[in-house]
Amino acid sequence: MLGTTILLSLREIRRHILRSILTTLGIIIGVAAVVTMVTLGNGVTASVQEEISSLGASNFIVFPVRTTRGTIRPFDDADVRAVGQQIAGVEIAAGNVSATATAFYNGQDWDTRAQGVTNALLDAQSVKMAEGRLFTRDEEEAGKNVCMLGPKVREAIFPQGSSPVGARMRLGGVSCEVIGVTEERGQGGNGADDDDAVYLPLKNVQRRFRGNENLDYFVVKYDPAYSSATVQDALVGLLRERRLLQGEEPNDFNVIDTAQVNQALGAATGALTAMVAVIASISLLVGGIGIMNIMLVSVTERTREIGIRLAIGALAREVRLQFLTEAVVLCALGGLVGIALGFVASIGLAALIDVPYVFDPVINIVSFVFAAGMGIVFGYYPASRASKLDPIDALRHE
Amino acid sequence: MTEAPLIQLEGITKTFGSGAAAFQALKGVDLSITRGEFVAVMGPSGSGKSTTMNILGCLDVPTGGVFRFRGVEVQKLDRDQRSLLRRRYLGFVFQGFNLLARTTALENVELPLLYRGEPKAKRRAAAMRALDQVGLVPWADHTPAELSGGQQQRVAIARALVTEPDVLLADEPTGNLDSERSVEIMQLMQRLNREGITILMVTHEEDMAAYAGTIVRFRDGLVERIERGAMNLAAAGEGAA
Repeated sequence: MLGTTILLSLREIRRHILRSILTTLGIIIGVAAVVTMVTLGNGVTASVQEEISSLGASNFIVFPVRTTRGTIRPFDDADVRAVGQQIAGVEIAAGNVSATATAFYNGQDWDTRAQGVTNALLDAQSVKMAEGRLFTRDEEEAGKNVCMLGPKVREAIFPQGSSPVGARMRLGGVSCEVIGVTEERGQGGNGADDDDAVYLPLKNVQRRFRGNENLDYFVVKYDPAYSSATVQDALVGLLRERRLLQGEEPNDFNVIDTAQVNQALGAATGALTAMVAVIASISLLVGGIGIMNIMLVSVTERTREIGIRLAIGALAREVRLQFLTEAVVLCALGGLVGIALGFVASIGLAALIDVPYVFDPVINIVSFVFAAGMGIVFGYYPASRASKLDPIDALRHE
Repeated sequence: MTEAPLIQLEGITKTFGSGAAAFQALKGVDLSITRGEFVAVMGPSGSGKSTTMNILGCLDVPTGGVFRFRGVEVQKLDRDQRSLLRRRYLGFVFQGFNLLARTTALENVELPLLYRGEPKAKRRAAAMRALDQVGLVPWADHTPAELSGGQQQRVAIARALVTEPDVLLADEPTGNLDSERSVEIMQLMQRLNREGITILMVTHEEDMAAYAGTIVRFRDGLVERIERGAMNLAAAGEGAA
C-alpha cells in the first residue's frame, strides 16, 4: 500500500510540476542554507584550528604583566635558559623580541617589524622556510647581521622573479644579509602578521634595536606526553621563585596555554556555526509553512477527487495517508535538491571566503530527515482535513 | 423460489438539520430490490430520490429505519465499514463522470483496485477487461480531456465495473449527454444488467427509465408507485440488436 501511495503522490507531484517546484522552493532554500552554513562553519573552524596549530599544539606563551604597583618586570635570556634546563618535559624554551623598523632595498622602503628570534623559536612556532636557510649556530650566538624575510616584505621591496637570498638590505640602522624567506602563514599567535616581518638573530635585535637583554615573551614547547597542568605548575613555580614572589603575592606574568586557546576558539566557532544553523533552520520552518499552505489549497482544489476516492471505497486513513505522503515526498524531494544546492553553494562560497571545504555527512542526513519530518508535521493537518470530508458534499463540490 | 432481497429498506426516514429548520427528506421509505434487477428511480426534485440513492450507496445513513444490504444492517456500520462495503460490492457512475483529470482512462479504471491492494499486473489486466466491456480499449492511454462525454461516461462505467460489484449505482448517468450517446450508455447498462449486475439508476427522463425493468417513483419523501416488468420492449429489442 505504501509503495502504491508513494507512486500515486509522485504522479500527483508530476501533474502539478510547476506548483510543486514553487512549493518546495522554501524547503530547498532552507535545506541548502542549513547545509551551506554548517559546512562553511566547519570550514572556518578547520581554518582557525590550522592557524592555531601554527602556534604549536602544546606550547605555553609566557609574558610579563603590569603589577598593581604599575611596574613591568620583563623576562630575559637567563629565565628562558632556566626554564629549558630545570623543568621536566620542556623541549624548547625560546624568547622573542621585536621592534618596528623600516626596511630598505634598492630605493624601495617598507615599514615593518624586526623580529628577534632563534631557530628554536621558529621551530616551536612552526615557521617554515620557503627558500634559503636558517641561522647558523655562530650567527645566532654572535647576533650577526643576517636576516630572513617574511613574504610580504620580500614582495614589497624586492623585484619579482629573482631570489633575494644573498642580497644585502638595510633594516633601520642595520645592514644585513638576506639568508632566507619564510613561508606564508598569515596572522601569528601574538596578533601580528608573521608575514610582514624581518627575522634577525634574537641577540642582534636585543642589542641593536632595543639596547637591552629583555624579551617581549617566550615560548615553551613541551612533550605532549606530559600533562599540560603539571608542566604549567612547574613553570609558574620556577618563575615565581626566580622573581622572588612571596606567598599570596599575585603572578606578575601570564602563561597562555595554546591548547586551551585552541579549545576556546573551537568552542566559539562551534557556537557560531550552531547559531547560523539555527537562523538557517528558520527559513526551513518558513518553507514548511509554505508546504502546509499549498497542501490546504490542494485539498480544497481536489475536493471532488477526494469525493471520488471516498465513493469508490477509500478509507479515511487511506486518504489521509495519500495527502501526508504527498507532503512528505514533496519535502523529501525538496530536501534532496536542497542538499545538492547546498553542496554546490558551500564549495563555491568556501573558495570565495578562502576556507577549506569540509564535507559533513551528519548535517546532510540531519537536514534531509528534518525536511521530510516537516512534511509530516505540516502535511498532517491538511491531510486530516481531506480525510474528514463528507463524500456526498465532496462529490457535489465545484 | 423466494430469494432474500439484495437490498431492503424498511421505514427509512432522513431528516436534515434540527429544530425549526429541520427538513424531513424521507418519511418512511419501504423498498426491496432483488439481485439482477434494473431499477430506475424517478421523481421530481426534492422528492427524496437522491437522498435514497445516497443511502443505498452507503454514502449516507438514514435517521431512522432499517437498511439491509446483503443481509447486513448498514445503518449500524461506521464510516470505514461503509467504505469497505462500497469498495467490495458497489460501483458508482455519476452525472458529471467524475474522472480524475490528467489521468489516463486506464489509470482511472485501475483506481478502485489500488484501494483493494491488487498487484500491478492484476490491476492492469482487470482494467483492460473492464475497458473492453465498454469498448474503449483503443482509448486506454487517453486522458478525460481527450475523450468525448459519452466516452468519459463509459470510462466511468468501466471504473465502476472493474471491481465486479454486486450493484451499480448510477446517478443521472445520461444527464450530461446528447440523446444518441444516452441511448448508447443505456444499451450498455442493459447489456451489463443481462450479464448479471444489479443496477440502480436515478433519472428524470422517462425515455431512459424505459430501459429499466422496474421503475420506482418518489413523491414527497415517500415511494409513490413501483412499476415492475415495465421494460420497454422496443428499447430492449434495440439493446439486443
